[in-house]
This record gives sequence, C-alpha cells and structure tokens, in this order.
Amino acid sequence: MSGPGQKFPDRSGLTRRGFLLSGAAAGGGLFLGGLVTDGRKGLAGLRTARAAEAGTSIPLDARITVNTDETVTIFVPRAEMGQGVYTSLPMLAADELDVDLANVRVEAAPVGKVYVNYALFLPEVSKADGATGDRAERWLVRSFLGWQMTGGSTSVRDAWRTMRVAGAAARHMLIGAAAAEMDLPVSELTTELGFVVHRASGRRMSYGSLAAAAAEQEPPGNPRLRDASEYRYIGRPIPRLDAPSKTDGSAIFGIDVRLPGMAYAAVRHVPVFGGRLVGFDGAAIRGMPGLDRVVEVPGGIAVVADSYWRARRGADALPIEFDPGPARDLSSETILAQFRTDLDSGRREVSLQDRGQPRDVFDAAPIVVDAEYQVPYLAHATMEPMNCTALVTDGSCEVWIGTQAPDFVEDAAARITGLPRERIKVHVTFLGGGFGRRLETDVAAQALTVANQMKGRPVKLVWSREEDMQHDMYRPAALSRFRAVLDGNGLPLAVHHRFATQEMFKQYAERNLGFFARTAVGSVADQREIGAATRWPYKTPHLRVDWVKSEAVVPVGNWRSVSHSFGAFFNEVFIDELAAAARKDPVEYRRALLQAQPRRRAVLDEVARRADWRKPLPPEWGRGIALHESFGSIVAQVAEVRVGPDGAIRVERVVCAVDCGEVINPDTIEAQIQSAIVFGLSAALHGEITLRDGRVTQRNFPDYEVLRLASMPRIETVILRGGDTIGGIGEVGTPPIAPALVNAIFDATGRRLRTLPLAGQEGFGA
Amino acid sequence: MISFILNGAAVTVDVEDDTPLLWVLRDTIGLTGTKFGCGIGACGACTVHMDGRPVRTCVLPVEVAEGRSITTIEGLGSTGSAGSTGSGDARHAVQQAWIDAQVPQCGYCQSGMIMAAAALLDANPDPSDADIDAAITNICRCGTYQRVRTAIHAAARARRVE
Ligand code: FES
Ligand code: FES
Repeated sequence: MSGPGQKFPDRSGLTRRGFLLSGAAAGGGLFLGGLVTDGRKGLAGLRTARAAEAGTSIPLDARITVNTDETVTIFVPRAEMGQGVYTSLPMLAADELDVDLANVRVEAAPVGKVYVNYALFLPEVSKADGATGDRAERWLVRSFLGWQMTGGSTSVRDAWRTMRVAGAAARHMLIGAAAAEMDLPVSELTTELGFVVHRASGRRMSYGSLAAAAAEQEPPGNPRLRDASEYRYIGRPIPRLDAPSKTDGSAIFGIDVRLPGMAYAAVRHVPVFGGRLVGFDGAAIRGMPGLDRVVEVPGGIAVVADSYWRARRGADALPIEFDPGPARDLSSETILAQFRTDLDSGRREVSLQDRGQPRDVFDAAPIVVDAEYQVPYLAHATMEPMNCTALVTDGSCEVWIGTQAPDFVEDAAARITGLPRERIKVHVTFLGGGFGRRLETDVAAQALTVANQMKGRPVKLVWSREEDMQHDMYRPAALSRFRAVLDGNGLPLAVHHRFATQEMFKQYAERNLGFFARTAVGSVADQREIGAATRWPYKTPHLRVDWVKSEAVVPVGNWRSVSHSFGAFFNEVFIDELAAAARKDPVEYRRALLQAQPRRRAVLDEVARRADWRKPLPPEWGRGIALHESFGSIVAQVAEVRVGPDGAIRVERVVCAVDCGEVINPDTIEAQIQSAIVFGLSAALHGEITLRDGRVTQRNFPDYEVLRLASMPRIETVILRGGDTIGGIGEVGTPPIAPALVNAIFDATGRRLRTLPLAGQEGFGA
Repeated sequence: MISFILNGAAVTVDVEDDTPLLWVLRDTIGLTGTKFGCGIGACGACTVHMDGRPVRTCVLPVEVAEGRSITTIEGLGSTGSAGSTGSGDARHAVQQAWIDAQVPQCGYCQSGMIMAAAALLDANPDPSDADIDAAITNICRCGTYQRVRTAIHAAARARRVE
C-alpha cells in the first residue's frame, strides 16, 4: 500500500481515467441447487402496483390511482426512512378519499414538479390552510426552488394539504361519475369506504367500477375537505403499513436492488479532505478473481467486479496515489484553535439577535456569569451504508436509490449522462436511515459515473462502513461563549452569546444546486436556520447573539435537527447555569422568563408535572430539564440520570412533552420521539468525529460508539396540540436531550460538563 | 464448492472459501433480507442462525457453513424452528410480536434484531431485562430499543401460551 504522495515503482498500469482488468464480464461460475427463491425478492418488490395490467389502474390524481380490483395506490413523494410517511401520508389521503387502508398500496412517487415540497420554504404552516403560500410564493418555489425533498421535518406539514386535497379531488370525481351512471344529482350521493352510495335508495357503486368514468371528470381545483369528525384514521394510532415487510426481510432498500447481469462496485476515496487523486496502480490487482475494471469517480476510485465482495477486495488492495492538498495538517485541534481565534477577532461576524445595550450593562455588572461550550463533528452513520444502483444505455438511464432528494439525483444523472430528463428514471427505495445524509448526491454521482462507462450493464455501488464514516457530510463542530449579567432578583439583565461554526447550507448548495438556487439560498438559508436554532427565547432586556463564520474544508451537511442540535445545547445549559447562579429552581426560573410565551410554558409545565419534578431522588441520581422549539414544534424533556461512584453515566428515564400542533398518527409521534432521543443520546454520550492529518480518525462502530439496548432509558412521551400551526416531528426530539442530560449530571454531581461528548471525560466513565 | 442447508433446502455455491457468508446469501443466492451494516461483527445487522445459534455473517467465512444448517430472516417463520408453526409462510412469534409492538422504523436493522431475539428465546424462553441487555447487542440507529424489549417479552409470553 502506498502512503500519501508516494510514487509507485512501476507505473505501467497507472492511468487517470479508467482501467480494464479483464475482458469477460462473467467471473467464477455459480451453481445453485435445491434453492427455492422467493418471488417477493428482487425488483418485483419495487413494482408491485405497477404490475397491474394496463387499463386496470386508473390515475385520478398524481398521487392517487384507483385499481379495478378495488385497491387504491397512493404515491408518496417523500422518502420512507423510518419516520412513517408511508403510513401517515396515505392516512391523510385515505380519510378524504374514504377508503379502507387495508386496501391501500403505497408506492414511491416518481420525480415531478407536482410533488414539490412547499413547506420547506414556509416559516410556518397553518392548520386551517396547510402549506399553500400565496401565488407569488408558489410560483417562486415551483420555478426556482421546486425541490422534491424529504427534510426539515416537513413531510406531514406539506402533505397536510396536498394529500388531503388529492384524496378529496379523487372522491369528488368518483361521486361525479356515479351521479352520471345512476342519473342522480351529486348532492344526493355520499361515500362509504370504497363505495359511492345513494342512501335513499340503497344503491351503491364501487370505486373500482367507477374509476374509468371518474378519470373523465373534471378535477376540482379546490375541493371541499371533509369535517374532522368524519375521519377514521387521522389522529389515531394506526399500525405502520410497512411493518410486515420490515419483519420478514422482504422490504427492498437501495442496497437490496438486484438486476439481471448486474455488476458490483466498491469505492476507495482519497482519504484527505480536499485531496486529489493522482493515479492508481490497476496492474497490481489484475489477477484477482472476478474483477472487471477500475473507474475514476468523484472523490476517488471504484473497483468493479461480478460480486460486491470481490469488488471490495480489489478496492482494498488497489494502490492509489493522491495529493493531500492544503488540508494535510488539518486536525480537530487546529480547527478548535481557529474557532477561538475567530471568536477573539470577531472577523466575519453576523448579528442574529440584538436588542438593548449589552455592552454598557456589562461595564456596570453586579453578577456576571461566563461559560464556554464545545460540540464536535458528528457522523450520520445510517444503518444502511451509502449505495446506489444505476443502468445507463444509449438512450436512457435508470437509478435505484434510497434518497431524500430524488430530483437532485435526476439532476446528477442528466449532468453525467447528458440525457434529457424525460429519459431518466429515478426509483426511490426504502431508506435504511436518512437523518439528512441522504439529501446528498455524492454516491449517486459515483454510481452514474461507473454505469455511464458500462452502458447496458447495471451497476450497484456500495460503500464500506469505513468509507461511510470517513466520507460523510458531518454535523459541524462549534464553539460557543456566553456572558450574562443578572439583576437583583437573579434574572438575566443582559445576555451576550457568540459562537463560531462553519456555513453548512452554503456548502450543501454548492454541492447540490444549480447556479440560481445556489445564489438564492446559500448564505441566506444558513442565517435563517442558524438564527432560529440559536434564538434566545428567555425574557432578557439586553440581548445579543452573534455568529462568527469560521470556515474549514471539512464537508458539513444536514444532521438530524441541523443547527438545533447545538443551539439547544448552548442555550439550555446556559439558562440552567443562570438558574444555579441565582439559586433558583431550573423549572421556576425558566417559567418566570416565559410569561409572554404561553405555549412554551404549557409544555414546560406538562413535562415537569409528568416527571414528578419536585419528587426527591435517591443519592447518585440527578434530574435535568431542557426546552427547545424547532421545526414548528416545542419540546421539553426531563432526564433522570445516575452517576455511579466510578463516574459511569446511566440515563434511567426521559420524560418528553411535545407540542406539534396537530396529530396525524400518535404512535408514530411516540416512536419518533424515542428515536430522536436515542439519536441525541448517542451523540451526547459518545459521538465524536475527530480529524488528524486532514482525515477522519474514526472508522467503524467500535470507535464511533452509539447507544445500544442495554443503555436504553425508559422514555415516556406526552403529546400536546397548542397553537394554530402544524409542527414537524422527525427531528424535534433530538435537540433538548443533550442539555437535559448535562443539567441532570450537574444535579447529580455538582459538575457542569460543557463539552460534548460526555462519556470518558475526566472523572466520568464510559 | 460449499454445500449447506439454507432455510431447509440444500444449496451449493462456488465462491472463494473465505467469502463472508453475508455476501454469499445476499449476492450469490439473492436473499437480501440479511443486511450489511459494519462488516466487522460490531452491529448485528447480518445475524442469521447457524445450527440454531446466532452468528454474524459479515465475519463468517462461508467455508465454516459447510454441512451446517443456516436460517435467515426469510426462513424464520417457515422452517419449523421453535416458535413457528412450521406451516409455510406463518410468522414466527417474534415477527408477530414485532408487528404488534410496532417496532420497525427504517427497518434496516430489524432482520438482525429479530434473528438475535429469536435465538435468545430458543436458549432462554423467559429472559429477564438483564438477559435481554446481555443478548441483544445489535445496533439500531433509529433507536427502536424500547419497543424491541417490549416485543421480546411479548413473544416470550406468546410462546409460553402456545
Ligand atoms: S454487518 Fe455484520 S455485524 Fe455489522
Ligand atoms: S429500524 Fe432503522 S436502524 Fe433499526
């Protein structure tokens, strides 16, 4: 193996572009005997509904197809990555359409402007109107920002209107068709679970029998939605439609796609961020079995073979030569030092909140409280490693991928193959976790690059866990400094918060967007998002919040809850420190500063009540609270922790109150809260990506430990429905857990841990 | 050539002897229910049963399986292993408990979780919380652990009733 910048003795096999390892596509023979394969496996699973013969599936809307076998297919334009949208979105449509969910099939929608996610661009979504926006906004979104994206906890908020309207429109058309068939006025007809019914005469016609005629009806522009009292699914704990397929192995994830004659590719990246591939020594692996070729792909090389394992061995053994570039000396320490220097100098400072005159107040300060907080880079570590399957022919291209941004994948396919969009088809599979990682198109670009060189042969490209961990787009590291002045009653008179971190959306936009959108969103999106995430919500006469932009070549991206993952940590630990300095109870202290915010106070009160906040705890135990608003929802958590004599931190119980405005599926909400808390606990206790010599130190799970079952606390969730708006649910449970935990450890030990992760810090066990 | 019993049927494959069983199952044979998560035996996504015991196939050379009986998630409900009725596509008690408790989220880790849980119940029909903690070391990034625990207890109860 060669190290950075090393030269190969024999460069005969060294090329820059592609390298053919063998002429024949077929490798070692394969013989199967006595095996009964399961018909559910493979590609068929992706196309269940499409298998219906022509004429038996009648689309009434981009989201709804009525089949003559009395089933209904609902096309979901958001990715199912665990958050339950393949159940909650069909629930919305089914209640308006008036069909039994047992007769509903769910399919991933194709790419199309009709599936744009409006909620991504709205500051809030009202329960009454849903994600509509005004005409100008809609035009702007469709024309320039028409993203079919699953992110920002927007799926239900966007679908609250679109899915219900789709169901209502289809129902309206079915009633119209029945009225014509029965020769009755529309006003005398109603529906009952898959039938249009004339109550007076008892006549009824099934949706399946009406579908063809309904398709001839004019779709209503703005159908009347049903009264909530008529809903049978919305608001109730409905079992996930995908649960059976996720217990018998039949659910198809991207990595499970199998196509006839498929080749497999394994990837080796240039290990140093910003480094450049110089070449590779293909001759060194030429004799290995099953190998087909080596292809240079964005970020590194791909080795192609007739099985993944053979490709992987080839990739592991391939000598590559690279130029580490400017990041060769980059480390976690140099980045932290840079954050400190930038905070000191205030270069590239952006004001996020500013009222009163904090400077003057600090000069005449009675009690001053200071604190410095630090959070590391974090990997997504989705359970399913990055992968993508692509097939390019002379005139067409198909991609199979678990993605949160199928339209961006289509962009990548058009760019790489040069084909027009109507010749490109993106199939969205189940996602083995997303958490924001699958908003990126890096792996799709690699698979398409390989497939483009192997026209007519499908290629499945899969990363190893090591590549996945070392070539993520990480949650940015950040450094935060607070200073506050308390008045005579111990309440904050002035707060000044300054923090340093990278610009994330700007990077995301550069990687994934065209010129217009890049210009339109880049820094603006960063400022809006980070501003919301770090907004100080507590009553404080003099307040400043400043972001010091501090750049690094480390690729950063959207990580479940984005900047809220550190914004909540900074604010909610600091307010706890102020309460401690004022010798006040943390709940009472927060309450006193939230008098003008009844929704937040209600959530705070509810969690304190459910957690028995005042009940004494045994020795070694502590209790901590945190409250944070994100994605339109307000969440409060109380963590109970036990810190043993050896310093081992054990989280025993977490009580969570969430006000997400509207409830579609309470069972999904409970599951998502548990999920988000575990995700946040993994990060708070163990999560840390460190850098040395411009590359990531961690390689796999043992050195990037995550919570396992034995460390799982008991989680109790209570749901509130305050306000007139709908909030998100997939991410909102993550931000409060780290500060609640740190505050609980303070309660148990008197020590305030200001740097994450917590496990292994001096005096604390794993 | 390596031969073993897979979900009750004989199978022979011609691959390098040290190929991990995981890739033989997924790529050579085409049973993709068994998942790749880490490749180093650290996450449990690739768990199957070998002669009734849970094994992590990403680090198990296929030659070790020679002559043995392998059960994957696809065969769990139908191979007559304890807890299943042995009647074709019937669900194993653990699979049913998983659906009743609504365990899966993204679902990617769940094949391995279910195989680990089924093996635990075969060895210990009435596991305590501590037994579950010790036996289920699989990673779930979606954090379904609380419901995993609930479902294991429910499956244990269901099997005692049967
Ligand atoms: S893939 Fe085998 S243990 Fe993780
Ligand atoms: S359900 Fe997603 S990793 Fe376990």
